[in-house]
Amino acid sequence: MTQIELRGVQKYFGAVQVIKDLNLKIDDNEFIVLLGQSGCGKTTTLRAIAGLETIDGGDILIDGKPVQHLKAADRDIAMVFQSFSLYPHMSVYENIAFPLRATRKSKAEIDSEVRSVAKTLQISDLLAKKPSALSGGDMQRVAIGRALVRRPKAMLMDEPIGALDAKLREEMRAEIKRLHIKQGSTSIYVTHDQIEAMSLADRIVIMHEGVLQQVGSPDEVYSHPANLFVAQFVGSPVMNVADASVTEKPSLASVTVGDAAAGFEFPRALLSKLNGHAGSQLALGIRPEGVLVRREAAEGFLPVETQIVEPLGSFDIVDLKVGSKMLRARTKSGFISGPGERVFVRIDPSQAHFFDTASGKSLGVRL
Amino acid sequence: MAAVRTSSEITFNRVAIVAVLLVTIIFLAPIYWIASTAFKPRNLATTIPPTVVFQPEISPFVKLFTKRSQLRSPPSPEEYAAAPWWERVVFNGGEKIVRDGKGQVQWSGYPSRFMNSLIVAITSTVLAVGMGTFTAYGFSRFKVKGEADLLFFILSTRMLPPVVVAIPMFLMYRAVGLNDSHVGLIILYTAFNLSFSVWLMKGFMDEIPKEYEEAALVDGYTRMEAFFKIVLPEAATGIAATAVFCFITAWNEYAFALIMTSRRAQTAPPFIPSQVGAGLPDWTVIAAGTFLFLLPVAIFTFLLRNHLLRGMSFGAIRK
Repeated sequence: MTQIELRGVQKYFGAVQVIKDLNLKIDDNEFIVLLGQSGCGKTTTLRAIAGLETIDGGDILIDGKPVQHLKAADRDIAMVFQSFSLYPHMSVYENIAFPLRATRKSKAEIDSEVRSVAKTLQISDLLAKKPSALSGGDMQRVAIGRALVRRPKAMLMDEPIGALDAKLREEMRAEIKRLHIKQGSTSIYVTHDQIEAMSLADRIVIMHEGVLQQVGSPDEVYSHPANLFVAQFVGSPVMNVADASVTEKPSLASVTVGDAAAGFEFPRALLSKLNGHAGSQLALGIRPEGVLVRREAAEGFLPVETQIVEPLGSFDIVDLKVGSKMLRARTKSGFISGPGERVFVRIDPSQAHFFDTASGKSLGVRL
Repeated sequence: MAAVRTSSEITFNRVAIVAVLLVTIIFLAPIYWIASTAFKPRNLATTIPPTVVFQPEISPFVKLFTKRSQLRSPPSPEEYAAAPWWERVVFNGGEKIVRDGKGQVQWSGYPSRFMNSLIVAITSTVLAVGMGTFTAYGFSRFKVKGEADLLFFILSTRMLPPVVVAIPMFLMYRAVGLNDSHVGLIILYTAFNLSFSVWLMKGFMDEIPKEYEEAALVDGYTRMEAFFKIVLPEAATGIAATAVFCFITAWNEYAFALIMTSRRAQTAPPFIPSQVGAGLPDWTVIAAGTFLFLLPVAIFTFLLRNHLLRGMSFGAIRK
């Protein structure tokens, strides 16, 4: 049973504030992913929880007790580093046994625990090897084994699979998830890869320039991004965002993107939900799958010209020219043969997001 | 798997091999000279042209370790027959070993000088490398105020030729009674080597990823434990390399040893040439002394050669 709580955590590197008033509560057995670009403070946050960085303000609580003044060794937390940090002069066995040797366990106990962890991770046959003789994936397994063996209160992982190649990364991702479900320890995982975050997390914490942007389940941050940053950071291909203006038409609302000649049709309810924001600085966000494309003209569809087509195997991403703006749409593969085609497009109102461009915040409009 | 090589590359390689051999011969020639002279009979040591083929003798080494005097008349046959083999080789050279009233063999000054060299060089190396390792670790891992200035200051002790401070050092040492003492020389050589050791070890420490210690810290170890269990084994290569250099410097040091010591703590470097002046020089004995003096450094370097080559697989860290 481990809960971790951050209360108003502040951290400066010289004059630069890398963590700005961070508040976060992590429940027992929860798998939390800190997601953000490099330099957003996610790794610093993780290291602060581990006790490898001091904080300049606020509290870090583990099970309700402030730990910010405790040494790393006294926090009973394990950490997996991106570099794995396996001790090169020790065998795999010694590496895994190392955290146990810091405790007062007997040799036999240590031996049985090392072997049981090795069995879980399927590295029993590697125990006698030196880390330098291992493949990347096995190094990763050993590093996780070293973290698990002590049965710590919480597992911290700093981009643990960032150094692996794409295929192995996918494999290890599944393995980490499987392990978490089996072992069920409170875990905090840092990554800049949003696919990793989506696939692993119970809740994703998105950070930008030291500020927490949004906390929510993968589905929440994907479907209800709190602001423009989250909207454009989560999801691949990236969400279309364009300045937009809303005008009132009889029986419906029209949303014009940029300097386009005509507007997209939206239900009239939009006007009331925008609540006075209609005329002001407004941005429309729409994921490529929310841009509906047809070959034939139809009611509510605007004619546009196709530009670049990116075939991605299971689907294509097509750039559509709307006014001077590009709108990226997701289509069946092969639906558009190439640039210069005339197609008809509309925006699915239920997948549209509206943001205040001044603050970047979502207006929370759902249709 | 050999890469493809063009004929010009092959020619270049052959020329390079010849050049390397030539340089090696030039460097090894003096060592050969000393080693061969150390085993020559005295009358062949100074012939012109040099004698290359000769019956090697052990007598220079016997003479090196004992006090001797010229024989006025050859020993009587009984005396010769009663003498042990090592005394006979001295008789053969027209000398005899000096014995005290009880018949005990009198040692020459060499063994004690050699011991002094060992004591001073080993102790100062251990101190310089030990302190250098800790200092380098501190500079490498912690934010030290004025780090660059401090490191420069440490290096600045190397910017003058040490002999410049020999006279003031001598006066200071005499004032505090450190001259002609082991402690005095050890302090001197440690100070000498410390700046070098700090800088060299700093380089090695910087190369050890700090994640290793951080992993140990998170795994429940103190900073000290992490240092001894993780950093030291990883730094072994650097420590060995630094130790070799410090040892060679301390072992070879001549100028200060000459000025600061006279008897009790005198090391081998000032002692060996001092024997040239005593009567007609016996070059074979001097060569034997020099040859023995070369050995510790050669052995030490040989033992640590793997570390010096840094052939160790440097860790399982991904960058």
